[in-house]
Amino acid sequence: MAEVKLKNVTKVFGKVMAVKNFSLDIADGEFIILVGPSGCGKTTTLRAIAGLEEVTSGEIYIGERLVNDVPPKNRDIAMVFQNYALYPHMDVYRNMSFGLRLRKVPKAEIDKVVKRTAELLGIRELLDRKPKELSGGQRQRVALGRAIVRNPKVFLFDEPLSNLDAKLRIAMRAELLALHQRLKTTTIYVTHDQMEAMTMGDRIVVMNEGIIQQADHPQTVYDHPVNRYVAGFIGSPGMNFVECTIAKKNGDLYARSKGMELLLPKDKTKSVEKYVNKEAILGMRPEHISDTQTVKQFEPGTNFKASIWVVEPLGSEKIVHIKNEDDTLVARLDPHVQLKSGDTAEFTVRMDLAHLFDKETEETIF
Amino acid sequence: MQTKKTTPWLYLAPALLVLGFFLVYPSIHTFYLSFFDRGSVRWVGLENYLHAFTNLVMLTAFGNNALWVAVFTTATVFLGLILAVLFDRVKYEIIVKSIIFMHMAISFVSASVIWKFVYAFRPAGASQIGILNAALELFHLPPVPWLIERPWINNLCLIAVGVWVWTGFCMVVLSASYKSIPKQFLEAARVDGAGEWIIFRKVIFPLLMPTVTVLATTMVIFVLKVFDIVYVMTNGNFGTEVIANRMYKEMFQFRNFGRSSAIAVVLLLFVLPMMLLNLRRFKKEGM
Repeated sequence: MAEVKLKNVTKVFGKVMAVKNFSLDIADGEFIILVGPSGCGKTTTLRAIAGLEEVTSGEIYIGERLVNDVPPKNRDIAMVFQNYALYPHMDVYRNMSFGLRLRKVPKAEIDKVVKRTAELLGIRELLDRKPKELSGGQRQRVALGRAIVRNPKVFLFDEPLSNLDAKLRIAMRAELLALHQRLKTTTIYVTHDQMEAMTMGDRIVVMNEGIIQQADHPQTVYDHPVNRYVAGFIGSPGMNFVECTIAKKNGDLYARSKGMELLLPKDKTKSVEKYVNKEAILGMRPEHISDTQTVKQFEPGTNFKASIWVVEPLGSEKIVHIKNEDDTLVARLDPHVQLKSGDTAEFTVRMDLAHLFDKETEETIF
Repeated sequence: MQTKKTTPWLYLAPALLVLGFFLVYPSIHTFYLSFFDRGSVRWVGLENYLHAFTNLVMLTAFGNNALWVAVFTTATVFLGLILAVLFDRVKYEIIVKSIIFMHMAISFVSASVIWKFVYAFRPAGASQIGILNAALELFHLPPVPWLIERPWINNLCLIAVGVWVWTGFCMVVLSASYKSIPKQFLEAARVDGAGEWIIFRKVIFPLLMPTVTVLATTMVIFVLKVFDIVYVMTNGNFGTEVIANRMYKEMFQFRNFGRSSAIAVVLLLFVLPMMLLNLRRFKKEGM
């Protein structure tokens, strides 16, 4: 177990800067998630920590040790690869014990650890099978087992669940978390799936174009995104963005678009003041938009009319796509609401939970 | 539509006819001739085979063929493997590999002529035109009659020519196989704590093993039939005789059809098991 520190890590491939000035302190035992779209530099960062990529500049510490020039085999880390990378010519037992055998651990000791880990992962009866005789989920467990038996300082996961089907993915998600709670090994986990990021991480690090956008607890990232990118990336369905102009009327500030005029909360006036008569972007999460059939009491000035475009009933909720002039919004509504395509209805927005972004910098205003 | 029992045979017929006429018939006929005297007139029973297995030159040829099989096969596959793995790590890989593979484009006869110059020998005191002896002269060492010095030097020198030509082929085949190993296996091993040598031994080599086996058996089959290099460079003199060259001599120089046929049959018997081994492998891999 160890903490991991990255200081101004930069990685350049030819002319492409894959990771820019990445600095992050990961606490001992923390489960941290690097999340972002493909090509955002998250996997490169992970591989740099593993030692599979040399960094162009910056420093990586595992524990107290600067590991920039330490080869992967001496970093005391274990990695689970996206397609598992199980050695095809070895059976499960030999796959799992490979690292221990290289370290000349006594045979009896290896046997004990491998069998105990296999028990823990429920693959005890698969030990003499070859990888090609296993299902995706079983391979995934073997890959995990191979990492666990070594009892490394740090686990590195590179999209370990992305090759599994949806149902198995959710089950493995829970198992991984339970495992982490039990082993308490520092874990760095890369995924492009924001749902995985939200549910698994102690902290999530949202990356885009090689730069850390925000690193914080999942709920904080969700509630207080630092910019439009993070706001749009985290959450499903994604946040609605509406281009608007800030208008001042009788001392109150409004976000005004072609078909909406929404009253901004009074406590936010101060930060918005300098945007009066300027353009900004209003961000509203789907669950913060409700129809006035269901929510009958709402703050004045937070309602607008829109036509129903598409209704997606999911059983537990209804995802409704609505059109207001040029803007298409997504609202997450009560499953029993009576709306159908073509209707016009009135909606209300929880403006106290909405966000405003600078149109130029895309930074969060509130 | 129901296929008649004869239909498949109809489709197979052209191939069977061609193979039968040009392959099966000559083989059987050779086998038949091997029991007759030099003019294929008088039945001599096993006399030709007796000759093939007891004649001194034939015994030398068997020994040399065994040497070829052992040294040539090991050297080509081993060097090919080393080159394939090492060149994978250098920037100018394609250029170097092309140069080494280029030897394949040279016919054996040309290669033998080239190497005959390399091995050229003049008695001590005369100026050496062969590069090897010229090099020795530079260090004031006596010249070596590379192609005459028996039994090891001249045979190994001949084998070296074959290795020079065929290593490129082994390298290219093994390189393709090496490149098809997903790099994640190597990375996983690296993270697992393996150094590069261990990775080669425990991960790369086992994964290359099927290719190595096919390549090795192919090389064995090929080298059992070795002829051109020996024919051009020494013509089997100085104890460098090989089975195929002997067969040629019996046929075209001594005009002894019986002996020549018997040697051909013996050679076929040697090649056959390796052939079957390869066939079984292909069948297993569904090729």
